[in-house]
Amino acid sequence: MIESIPLTHILTVSTMIFFTGVYGFLTRKNMVTMLISVELILNAVNINFVAINRYLYPDNLEGHFFTLFVIGIAAAEAAVAIAIFINLYRNIRSIDVDDVTEMKY
Amino acid sequence: MDLSIAIWILILPFVAFVFTGILNGKLGKKISGLISILSIGGATLLSYYIAFQFFSGSREAVQIELGTWIKFTDSLVVNFGLLLDPISVMMLVVITTVSLMVHIYSTGYMRDEGGYARYFSFLSLFSFSMLGLVLSTNLIQLYIFWELVGASSFLLIGFYYRKPSAIAAAKKAFIVTRFADFGFLVGILLFSFHTGTFNILEVNASSGPAISQDWGGSFLGFSVLSWSLILMFIGGAGKSAMFPFHVWLPDAMEGPTPVSALIHAATMVVAGVYLVARLFPVFALGAPDALEIVAYVGGFTSLLAAILAIVQTDIKKVLAYSTISQIGYMMLALGVSGYGEAGLGFTASMFHLFTHAFFKALLFLGAGSIIHAVHSNEMNDMGGLRKKMPATHITFLIATLAISGIPPFSGFFSKDEILVAAYQSNVLLFGIEYLVAGLTAFYMFRLYFKVFWNKTSTSEVHESPASMTIPMWLLAIGAVFAGFVPFTDWITTDGVPLETHFHWNIAIASVGIALAGIGFAYRLYKSENSRSRNIANVFGSFYQLVIHKFYIDEFYLFVTKGIIFRFVSAPIAWFDKHIVDGFLDLTGNSIVAASVKTKNIQSGEIHQYAYFILMGVLITTMLILYISHGI
Amino acid sequence: MAVSFYIGAALMVIFSILTVTTGKLLRSAIYLLFVLVGIAIFYIAMDYMFLAAVQVVVYMGGILVLIIFSILLTSRINEKLQKSSLQTIIISVFGVVVGAGLLTTVILGQSFTTSISKSYLTVKEIGEALLSTEKFGYVLPFEVISILLLAAMIAAIVIAKREKEREND
Repeated sequence: MIESIPLTHILTVSTMIFFTGVYGFLTRKNMVTMLISVELILNAVNINFVAINRYLYPDNLEGHFFTLFVIGIAAAEAAVAIAIFINLYRNIRSIDVDDVTEMKY
Repeated sequence: MDLSIAIWILILPFVAFVFTGILNGKLGKKISGLISILSIGGATLLSYYIAFQFFSGSREAVQIELGTWIKFTDSLVVNFGLLLDPISVMMLVVITTVSLMVHIYSTGYMRDEGGYARYFSFLSLFSFSMLGLVLSTNLIQLYIFWELVGASSFLLIGFYYRKPSAIAAAKKAFIVTRFADFGFLVGILLFSFHTGTFNILEVNASSGPAISQDWGGSFLGFSVLSWSLILMFIGGAGKSAMFPFHVWLPDAMEGPTPVSALIHAATMVVAGVYLVARLFPVFALGAPDALEIVAYVGGFTSLLAAILAIVQTDIKKVLAYSTISQIGYMMLALGVSGYGEAGLGFTASMFHLFTHAFFKALLFLGAGSIIHAVHSNEMNDMGGLRKKMPATHITFLIATLAISGIPPFSGFFSKDEILVAAYQSNVLLFGIEYLVAGLTAFYMFRLYFKVFWNKTSTSEVHESPASMTIPMWLLAIGAVFAGFVPFTDWITTDGVPLETHFHWNIAIASVGIALAGIGFAYRLYKSENSRSRNIANVFGSFYQLVIHKFYIDEFYLFVTKGIIFRFVSAPIAWFDKHIVDGFLDLTGNSIVAASVKTKNIQSGEIHQYAYFILMGVLITTMLILYISHGI
Repeated sequence: MAVSFYIGAALMVIFSILTVTTGKLLRSAIYLLFVLVGIAIFYIAMDYMFLAAVQVVVYMGGILVLIIFSILLTSRINEKLQKSSLQTIIISVFGVVVGAGLLTTVILGQSFTTSISKSYLTVKEIGEALLSTEKFGYVLPFEVISILLLAAMIAAIVIAKREKEREND
């Protein structure tokens, strides 16, 4: 099955998901939905790594392991982000990103 | 003979200056006074020793090298050293003796004043500077000590720094002399550019680069050499209070009276005369036209000052104008002098400098004694003091007789030599000086009679303490006997003893006009009367003009404040404040404005940041692709 | 077989677009869930079974659950999400379209020389690679990520815990 799907198609799909995630990050106001968009971005990148690893470098496993580590790091990052959201919600009762513009000039 | 011990003459006052200056109040009055007196006393003994060695041996100039400071080219070097030749050794004796007398006198005069240690440290500084000036071997060293003397004078005139008039007088003295020193500096530079050396002995040598070479070029009828000498003379005229720079000296009487005795009678004001005498071979042999200017300036100044002295009511101002007048005599004597056999004027000028130091310092110390007793400077507050202050009276009388040129006091001999020299070369100048001799006797005895006779004093005055009267007696001895020093043997233009003989006609004429002046003053001032007022009314508007000092000060003030400040300084200050500073402010403000605009980038909105990151990455990627692959 | 891939890919894209444009919060999380499932299936198609399992367990079972918990904790589930202003949407679309266009152009213009070998990856091999210290051994990232996870755990606890004073009121 793999031989019949050209690599560029997979990469195009991954690009589309990636930029969808970027669009979501730029547009959304709720911080949790921004986190969801970030997860989309990370997953698109994972697809990229795996596909190139499978198609171009089948004897090395670097893409595979990188993807593994990305998943791990995404988990850690999501945990810390959610902790921050909860703390923020406790203090200002809102998780709207427009309410947290304290760190400016 | 080893004269290198002369370096101690400079070191001793300098050490006293540093000591009393640093340990200002902590030493206590007695100790700081004692340190200063010991140091200047030591310098005095050393200078007498050196004078004895010098004048009893060969009177060749001796140059003691102390080291090189700057080498501009191979020949144009600035060395430091000591030059011992007849006039410098004579000046050493004069300066140290008068300074020692003033130091001793000051312990009594300044006893109740504040700032005692500061006073003595400044006195030591001044002594050091003046001694360094006369011992300089080259023009740059001379200029350095010249400025040091000016600075010490500033410090001492402004000693009572809480009095606004004293501060103003110190500023005026410094600015006027500094203005003249600019001419001096330009003169030095012009001179040394052409001679290629700063050293005085080399320059004075008759085969040297100044006299024997022709520098070419001329401007307004004077050669380049003459111009450089005239410019240097301008500096000397500033220090010596010649017209038109004479305005600072009367105001400088704001300083303590012993300071006036030392600086403005005997030593600093003769620095200009000393300068011309130092370079006299160049003046006489290379630029006689410059020498003529010196003579006329001296003559005119002495006449002007004598006229101004007649109407003054402040004792010290009378003495100040008298000093200006006498220095005019010295300048004139130098101006009419020739070289070698015709060099009588030179010797006479130096002789008058020597005797004038003694009697003028004595006059000032006496005035100080009177002021100390009466607590006022005005002559109208004094009168009939001869019974209450006998020591002051006798010494003051001796000095007044000396300055009027009555034999056998010293002033007669020196003034007579000057009149002879003037008669031999320029009859007009002789006439002026003859008249001034009479005026001198008149105003000095006017002063004497008004202070010691005139009315009977009602207030309680008593004689000054011994610390003040003893120096006066010592100076009085000098004023009497200094006339017998064989100057024509020792101090001449070329080192060869001068042949002179006594001119009976001029001597009798000068004594005659002096006695006439004394008699006139006796009639007007010995007892209270209104004759002086009647004569003043006769002169009418001329009298008013003289009272206001010919409005010279007002004219200067108009030129500086009205013209220079308003049309030159104010626009430049405006330019500096608004354009130069404004430019810098503009730079600063524009950066601040730019930063206000750009700080909005950091708005705290995450979407904005993310968007910038995205666009940044995309643009960078496009640039890289474009550059590397030519898309 | 290729057709199923294309259908799956299309579904993933549709669901990801729905994730970022829907108005309801929980629906956004659920659409994300579908995207993650699609990706797990994609990994299986690539013969990386272990990775697909990790994806399911960690992403869907860990992160997504965490997201849903946070939605529950910080807002009402049925709350309508605020829409951004039109200006923001236009600008973002512009940026995204430029980016996507650029990337797609680059990818399609590239000619890849693919070589596929039918090797079956066992968990044993993965395990050995994870802990080997030779070339192509991943023990260092493995240890680092374990420390990272520890740090993240501590951070999450510290940041999110309640202040002590609250309990005294």
